Amino acid sequence: MSAPLLQLEGVHTHIGAYHILHGVDLQVARGELTVLLGRNGAGKTTTLRTIMGLWPPSSGTIRFDGGEIGALSTPEIAHRGFAYVPENMGIFGDLTVRENMLLAARGAKRVEDIDAARLEWVFGLFPALRRFWQHPAGLLSGGQKQMLAVARAIIEPRQLLLIDEPSKGLAPAIIQNMIVAFRELKQTDTTILLVEQNFHFARQLGDQVAVMDGGRVVHAGSMADLAGDEGLQQRLLGLSLAAHQ
Amino acid sequence: MNAITTANPAPEALPTVTPDRIPLLLLPVLAIAALPLMGSFSTWVTLTFAGLAMGMIIFIIASGLTLVFGLMDVLNFGHGVFITLGAFLATTVLGRMTGWTESESLLRNLLAVLPAMGLAMVVAGGVGLAFERLIIRPVYGQPLKQIMITMGGMIVGVELIKVIWGAQAIPLPLPAAFRGSLLFGEAAVEKYRLISVIVGLAVFAVMFWVLSRTKVGLLIRAGVQDREMVESLGYRIGRLFVGVFVAGSALAGLGGVMWGLYQQTVTPEMGGQINVLLFIVIIIGGMGSVGGCFIGSLLVGLVANYAGFLAPKVALFSNILLMVIVLMWRPEGLYPVGKR
Repeated sequence: MSAPLLQLEGVHTHIGAYHILHGVDLQVARGELTVLLGRNGAGKTTTLRTIMGLWPPSSGTIRFDGGEIGALSTPEIAHRGFAYVPENMGIFGDLTVRENMLLAARGAKRVEDIDAARLEWVFGLFPALRRFWQHPAGLLSGGQKQMLAVARAIIEPRQLLLIDEPSKGLAPAIIQNMIVAFRELKQTDTTILLVEQNFHFARQLGDQVAVMDGGRVVHAGSMADLAGDEGLQQRLLGLSLAAHQ
Repeated sequence: MNAITTANPAPEALPTVTPDRIPLLLLPVLAIAALPLMGSFSTWVTLTFAGLAMGMIIFIIASGLTLVFGLMDVLNFGHGVFITLGAFLATTVLGRMTGWTESESLLRNLLAVLPAMGLAMVVAGGVGLAFERLIIRPVYGQPLKQIMITMGGMIVGVELIKVIWGAQAIPLPLPAAFRGSLLFGEAAVEKYRLISVIVGLAVFAVMFWVLSRTKVGLLIRAGVQDREMVESLGYRIGRLFVGVFVAGSALAGLGGVMWGLYQQTVTPEMGGQINVLLFIVIIIGGMGSVGGCFIGSLLVGLVANYAGFLAPKVALFSNILLMVIVLMWRPEGLYPVGKR
């Protein structure tokens, strides 16, 4: 087995006086989709933000592609090959869809500089973005905003996508659309770390899974094993898979 | 990468995009409402031009301040020092070029004024860089300390200006070709006010172009809304902020030259006096909004001039009243910035 692309060891994070992460150990395998599951307040979002340098770790190591990144600033981490989709999607509502995409394409000064084939591919994944290209992103529906958030993350090739609850608040039909898009992404060997609470969504996409509780990873293994073990689901997540379907 | 066709359950149409033009209408509505109160059309034209000229100069000064707040939530109460600095530099440059400024030739006047403006912008920008590094950077994210330390920075700056130029007022006469008025029928419009309007419009046009047509402008607009996301996309917002702060300081220096020429006198306290107007303008406009700052500046200029003519005793209070009315109508200002 090749070395993991991302590896966290004993990561602690404090936010002000609060101790949120209590020694997170996590590995994200290269070319696979790893799902981070857990209840509300388990520390999933904090883990992603810590990886991105938005809340720097107070101790522990974060290694990416062999190099330590725990002390780097957020822009430096992004330049290492990370793309981040936060829980609130981070859409610039006053800018158009086109302007949002142009910002995400760091190498492009103008839209014309964006790789046309890649843009077409993104439009293929999310056709609504082509239709609303010149519209202010703030006017998009919740599902369309989520599509734009993911589209921004993939408009240029990145080594690792960190995506926080892409299914949150979306209608079932749009969630299905997202699943199709993520499957297409997986075919491009993109490495993804996905935070989810929707186990039904996670099960359809995940290769690996890590379950968090109380600011720690309490289980790590293959998604197939977790999906096939109702007792484990009950113990780790408090609900069986059937209850999520 | 093969394009795939996904089911698209999203609705086909979005709400129609209708730009919010109501705040824009405030300017003609205010001007037209003032017309019957002025007694004569020529007085109204003169006062309206005076108001627009004052508003344009305030906009030049305040535009950087509103962007600085929008990008980093930094309330810089020391902004006035750059105004004062620019004005005093102009007294030095123009004082040494009286042969040029007293010439009736517009070209010779411009060859004196433009270097004064250029020097004011360069020095104010440089001092702004030092101000950001030494005074503001240590107190990012600490609003109360920002207020205290930027006010302190302004006091120290003004005292340094007094050390260099003295504590007395220094006259800053208009160059010869800028003096006098142009007559439009019976209405007299001072030439310098016309020049101020033209310069203000030019600054607004350049700023509009940069913000809407360049990637740096896009980053500034995005940073005003969500700086954390801009950093997550890989851009160093700190550098962007320094650039905006320096540009804002340089524009304040330019505004200081123009304000000094407008008043024809320069005092060490002038920056502090205009600071109040600047904060009224950026609050009225919506903090972080350049468009709002533009409308707010013109409203403040018009109200100050109309009130000064109609009811001089309430002139000082008039802009506070304007701010209260606007905030009762739109509590986040005319063009609120969708911040996270």
